[in-house]
Amino acid sequence: MELLMSLRIAIRALRSNKMRSFLTMLGIIIGIAAVIAMVAIGSGASKIVSEQIASIGSNILLILPGSTTSGGLRLPTGAAPTLTYDDARAIQKECSAVAYAAPVVRGAAQIIYGNMNWSTVVMGITPEYLLVRNWPVIHGRHITPSDVEGSVKNCLIGQTVATNLFGSEDPIGKIVRIKKVPFTVVGLLDQKGQSPQGTDQDDIVYIPLRTAQRKLFGTQFPNTVGSIMVQAKSEQDLDRAEEQVNVLLSQRHRIGPSRDQDFTVRNLSEILGVAEQSSKAMSFLLGAVASISLIVGGIGIMNIMLVSVTERTREIGIRMAIGAKERDIMLQFLVEAVLLTLIGGILGMALGVAGAKLVSAFFNWPTLISAKAILMAVGFSGAVGIFFGFYPARKAALLNPIEALRYE
Amino acid sequence: MEDVVRTIRISKVYSSGEQRVEALKEVSLSVERGDFLSIMGASGSGKSTFMNIIGCLDLPTSGDYWIEGENVRGMSKNALAEIRNRKIGFVFQGFNLLSRTSALENVELPLIYGRVPAVKRRAKAIAALEMVGLADRSQHYSNQMSGGQQQRVAIARALVGEPSIILADEPTGNLDTATSSEIMAIFQKLNRQGITIVMVTHEPDIAAFSKRNVVFRDGRILSDVQLPDPTETGRSRGNL
Repeated sequence: MELLMSLRIAIRALRSNKMRSFLTMLGIIIGIAAVIAMVAIGSGASKIVSEQIASIGSNILLILPGSTTSGGLRLPTGAAPTLTYDDARAIQKECSAVAYAAPVVRGAAQIIYGNMNWSTVVMGITPEYLLVRNWPVIHGRHITPSDVEGSVKNCLIGQTVATNLFGSEDPIGKIVRIKKVPFTVVGLLDQKGQSPQGTDQDDIVYIPLRTAQRKLFGTQFPNTVGSIMVQAKSEQDLDRAEEQVNVLLSQRHRIGPSRDQDFTVRNLSEILGVAEQSSKAMSFLLGAVASISLIVGGIGIMNIMLVSVTERTREIGIRMAIGAKERDIMLQFLVEAVLLTLIGGILGMALGVAGAKLVSAFFNWPTLISAKAILMAVGFSGAVGIFFGFYPARKAALLNPIEALRYE
Repeated sequence: MEDVVRTIRISKVYSSGEQRVEALKEVSLSVERGDFLSIMGASGSGKSTFMNIIGCLDLPTSGDYWIEGENVRGMSKNALAEIRNRKIGFVFQGFNLLSRTSALENVELPLIYGRVPAVKRRAKAIAALEMVGLADRSQHYSNQMSGGQQQRVAIARALVGEPSIILADEPTGNLDTATSSEIMAIFQKLNRQGITIVMVTHEPDIAAFSKRNVVFRDGRILSDVQLPDPTETGRSRGNL
């Protein structure tokens, strides 16, 4: 009841000075709106990064063939055909920290269906690959171990390829030609979106590894693979897996401690983890900068509350004379300050959400409005009200009733 | 009969820096229940200080003050606020109503701070407004009323908590003579109903409505006399 009464008094006080109340609130409105919009933009950015990490698959190591020196000319990383299908099998079998080892060969090819054609990336994979990538087949079936071992001419296609070759037609069971070799489409992959580098991951065709090696990208080193993707059993096993892979491959390739390794192990999640951290830091920084405006808004509230206390000195005196206690007066002004900031907070929240949506719409920048950020912002605005309202309220409560009554 | 107000040798000293002003010098005064006391005196005579002390807005520097047998010595600000709320009704020269607030809400205010439940509060406030003849104006804002009406609202506000005493500080100071006598008639009516009143005034004509007149000078009581029956003074109202 007390609080309800104070609330009514506060509403009346705010309404009696509408313009001033609004201007005072504006500081909080802008502050909260800025915090919410900035955090939304920042979290949008870090959400993209985490999605990209998830799209690669988690706890991934990428093993690439190393650089090689041929006649004094040093060739770039990946140029040497040093990794083999058997290396992958050995990693899978012997490294205890490794869940899957997925060897991959890769090439560009034109793919033809009927009178449609499309240039895309063709990758030879084993069934483990899509498990590592955490990439489901939504229609049809997967590539099986017997597809790989039997060099069967089956393929899986990504969404982009499906759209460009088949349109709305059902691709399953259709025959396509890759480099003039006929393949049967057995499965359609789920949408994956952009990679961290911005390439379209859905623009892809997967075929069994052995098929790729023997029937599509025949080279002078028939057993080599382009890279091996390794998934550790857990995040904690990642470093151990890296170590085990290094040791195993060095042994298999007979590389002594003094020689350069002919392969490279890269930790992809680590690279992206850094990107994620930096985008989180950005969103924190944006929030921090925006909260400065909240503090400035709070100081505005304090200023106006002090003016209000002075202006209403006589009213305070009257209230005290007829029996208002210190805490009654204190509560009255605190409620007023908190009401001011809470209304400001709610308006600011609406403005911030609208602003974030606008940024999304106009700059094509993803924003993420979290309930947590909103609750925090509104809670923070209430706290600003209490913090900056406390001093003026206390000042009012400690007035001497005789002097307050005499105040003109 | 128990005294509503009883002061024993109360003094009030204000000191600011080197200066030391003795506003009240060992004043002893008692007001019986049902009395109607008027206090006169030039400015600086100590009457305002005395009123502040018996109104529990201030504490004496020395001496004792009992209100209805309760000694206020050493009371906290909150305890004093509570006494003001329960035992004292104030009427001021400048009315001191809350503006942009209806008469009814103004009258309810002491009951709000007295934590009286809403329904009971409303009923009591309406009853108090009826006593001052303003029941029909309960929804009017105080700033839309004439001075006399505002003072009557203020009296209703002083009455509503059924205080032991009403303290009126120059209640007619801002009013014309006709309105002043209306206000004084209300005070007399209330006094006849048994309400104790202490009133400060400059004007002998106004003081004449009371039963007893005390004059202050230089922080002391100069005179303390019983006046003729106020009902007779009431009859001579036309001379005012």
